[in-house]
Amino acid sequence: MLSKRVIICLDVRDGKTTKGVKFQGNVDIGDPVEMAAEYYEQGVDELVFYDITASAEDRPIDIEMVRDVAARIFIPFSVGGGVRNLDDMRAVLLAGAEKVSVNSLAVRDPRIISEGARAFGNQCIVLGMDALKVEVSDTVPSGYEIVVKGGRERTGIDALDWAQRAEELGAGEICLNSIDADGTQDGYELTLTSMVSRAVDIPVIASGGAGKTTHLVDVLTKGEADAALVASMVHFGGYTVPGIKDDLAAAGVRIRPRPAA
Amino acid sequence: MIAVIDYNAGNLTSVCCAVRHLGLEPTVTQDPDEVRRADHVIFPGVGAAGASMETLRARGLDQGLHDARAAGKPILGICVGCQIIFTFSDENGGVDCLGLLPGTVERFRFPAGVHRKVPHMGWNEVRLDTQHPVLDGVPAQSQFYFVHSYHVRAEDPDCVIGTATYGEVDFTAIVARESLFAVQFHAEKSGPPGLRLLENFLRWSP
Repeated sequence: MLSKRVIICLDVRDGKTTKGVKFQGNVDIGDPVEMAAEYYEQGVDELVFYDITASAEDRPIDIEMVRDVAARIFIPFSVGGGVRNLDDMRAVLLAGAEKVSVNSLAVRDPRIISEGARAFGNQCIVLGMDALKVEVSDTVPSGYEIVVKGGRERTGIDALDWAQRAEELGAGEICLNSIDADGTQDGYELTLTSMVSRAVDIPVIASGGAGKTTHLVDVLTKGEADAALVASMVHFGGYTVPGIKDDLAAAGVRIRPRPAA
Repeated sequence: MIAVIDYNAGNLTSVCCAVRHLGLEPTVTQDPDEVRRADHVIFPGVGAAGASMETLRARGLDQGLHDARAAGKPILGICVGCQIIFTFSDENGGVDCLGLLPGTVERFRFPAGVHRKVPHMGWNEVRLDTQHPVLDGVPAQSQFYFVHSYHVRAEDPDCVIGTATYGEVDFTAIVARESLFAVQFHAEKSGPPGLRLLENFLRWSP
């Protein structure tokens, strides 16, 4: 049977991995390539890199870093943040990433999803979504609204509608981040996650709020997520990948055990 | 020489990275003669069967692969490269494929009322049903990384040497016949057991 995936997110700023709370107050925590290699050794299932400065400064993603990662780890990884067009997507994929993720760009111009899917295959295109809990209204019937620019700007788009639209356009996977939960370490947004996961036929990665392993258990069972994204927990929360996976397995979640080297 | 066939079917970088990690140098090629001359042929693939077959034919690589197979060269098919070695694929409204092995490629279908995500994306355990030199030292119950919406149905069950299960569906994960070896998963992205398989293949002289 298919295992639930544990995915580690590395936010990269000026060549360093960084981590903040609700996109503010970032601190540098290490070299992304070395960290990727360490997590690979620990048996993580997948990695996600977000070039957080590329997006803000409108400059291309650090392709050298993507190449260095591809030469060191032999599991899938995706790259996002600062993808501006098809050429940027191609550069990231040719450098060795499995997948490329788009977020704000897709909100501005949804055609990037269909064009990317046509050019590189659906499985390469991840839609990153930042969702904020809001009052239920006619325009936002699910009660979750898509926000962009690290949560600073509301779009009036319903999160559930957007997920389904992205699937129709050809996204191969959704990385669903709760702005409310992000960086809190209080647990994932289970209602949002299960709502979106049920509404689409493509895999959903839950993101935002992981602080302890019971949070992952919850989101991978009650939240119906296909994968759980973690960051702070492993970067400086004292958790290791094998430790997380042992807890998941003990709770009855099917995982990939750390392979013998 | 290790030929990695380039037919615009997605990303060859990961395959090349894995080969280099094993201390060998891959030759990425669009030239059927280079495929014929190769000691080992890697036939990777990400993407759709229709476009893949078109490009293979346009470059004469379909014939190159047939000749390499007839000459007994070890060939490793990966993902789409595992599917289009069969006769026919249902993808893109139906596509005639290479026919190196008899069989078809069909989409995952689940019983009504069952919600399963397609593509089948992630790590899944492969049951290694038969001994094979390319599987030497690959631990039983190893999990490998899959991304696919279609799977193979081989006419001859004897060529199926590894199977996996997604929900209600048992599907073919590894096929082998003479010098041909093909995996539905991405061996190059499957961590230590995938690298072991790749290394075994590159040392294999069938």
